[in-house]
Amino acid sequence: MEQATDTPLKKTPLNARHRASGAKMVPFGGWDMPVEYSGLSNEHAAVRTRAGIFDVSHMGEIEIAGTDALAAVQRISSNDASKLAVGQAQYSGLLTPQGTFVDDLLVYRLGTAHFLLVVNAGNIANDYAWMVEHIHGVGDAVAVDSSSRYALIAVQGPEALNVLQPLTGVDLASMKYYWFGHGEVANVRATVSRTGYTGEDGFEIFVPPAQADKVWLALLESGKAADVIPCGLGARDTLRLEAGMRLHGNDIDQSITAVEADLNWIVGWKKDDFIGASALREQKASGPKRKIVGFEMLERGIGRHGYDAYVGDAKVGLVTSGTQTPHVKKAIGMAYLPIDHTAADTEFDIDIRGRRTRARVVPMPFYKRAK
Amino acid sequence: MAYPTGFKYTKDHEWIELTADQGKVGITDYAQQQLGDVVYVELPEVGAKVKQGQSFGTIESVKAVSELYSPVTGEIVEVNSALKDKPETVNANPHDSWMVVIKMTVPSEEAALLDAAQYEALVK
Repeated sequence: MEQATDTPLKKTPLNARHRASGAKMVPFGGWDMPVEYSGLSNEHAAVRTRAGIFDVSHMGEIEIAGTDALAAVQRISSNDASKLAVGQAQYSGLLTPQGTFVDDLLVYRLGTAHFLLVVNAGNIANDYAWMVEHIHGVGDAVAVDSSSRYALIAVQGPEALNVLQPLTGVDLASMKYYWFGHGEVANVRATVSRTGYTGEDGFEIFVPPAQADKVWLALLESGKAADVIPCGLGARDTLRLEAGMRLHGNDIDQSITAVEADLNWIVGWKKDDFIGASALREQKASGPKRKIVGFEMLERGIGRHGYDAYVGDAKVGLVTSGTQTPHVKKAIGMAYLPIDHTAADTEFDIDIRGRRTRARVVPMPFYKRAK
Repeated sequence: MAYPTGFKYTKDHEWIELTADQGKVGITDYAQQQLGDVVYVELPEVGAKVKQGQSFGTIESVKAVSELYSPVTGEIVEVNSALKDKPETVNANPHDSWMVVIKMTVPSEEAALLDAAQYEALVK
């Protein structure tokens, strides 16, 4: 991500901790963030086999409250928030009238008429302005950017529950995937949700910024015996890609619709009008001209974000994410291809710095944890 | 990891071990640390002409793709094809993992390279 040099980078409450721990820091979405602690592959493996701890405090939190909060959320968010019980969360899209992505987000129902929307770091100001503009006139609902009130720490991996449970009275074993509860973690007021961006079991913990460091250290201490380690954004990216999760700014943006991104499941097809609804219904009925696919490289090389996809001599599509996965040990990625080239096993070429390199469409996710 | 005193270095983090008018070229320990896990090394063919400061190949890690810059002007006389199947040796032994051997055609260029102490000061 390009970073304007004259804008000072924002720091999470854990910034000093990262620097003191020797993490490699990079600019990301306007933030000074750890990309690596002990090494990307090592961190990736820790999350797949034990657990890893991530500072994701750069993520934004926007709250929508008021007696018409549900109607407001239903208008701006593609998924059907009326299906959420209090204490439940869902993945969704913040879409344009064309059905393309302003951002993707998690919608938490804190109360009957109180929602928390977790959005991407680089989009906070834009998302907030978009929400304020588009909930105007819905009724009694107000949006508040409360990003600075939350630090967010993720504990991800098969050992996540065992690491977190000793620190909290929230009963984690009975918490279902995409549900959350309130309580304390390491004697700090916290909201704990069973969510994540790694394809593993795990939790995300919202805490007051001033206490973030205390919770971070408590998690590392609790995870010591299981060799739980701090992880950076590098591993977060390879983990989410293996799990087939889209990254806004890479795989989805304002040029790509929810149908093209194969995210029909986050569209509330049965709910009333929402922004993007008619465009998406039309595209779903007629069928999209292009769609996202997972691919693996058949020849040496990594197809990366922005590389062109070819069938024969014709440039037909675009790679949106790609890496060598530390766990699956293959070069994998996501690309948009014409709909008649999206079936599994279809072969195509990726232009890797001037060299046409063979790739094959494969089903996503690339990695699925054993239940 | 110590930087061998018998090598010369570039500001772009390559090393060259010169013997008479030929030199083995690789990347430094600092460079491999910055790159992280190396997965591919793309090298030129024997006979290719290279120029000082210009790209002679690419090195790709899980994180990113980087150019390899030639420390000197000359001709590629040998390529370490073993790196094709074992690119991770660049991480494990950066100062043993030579990539190409370049036959220098402009001997005066050696003066522009850094010695080990100068390079160490650069990456400190």
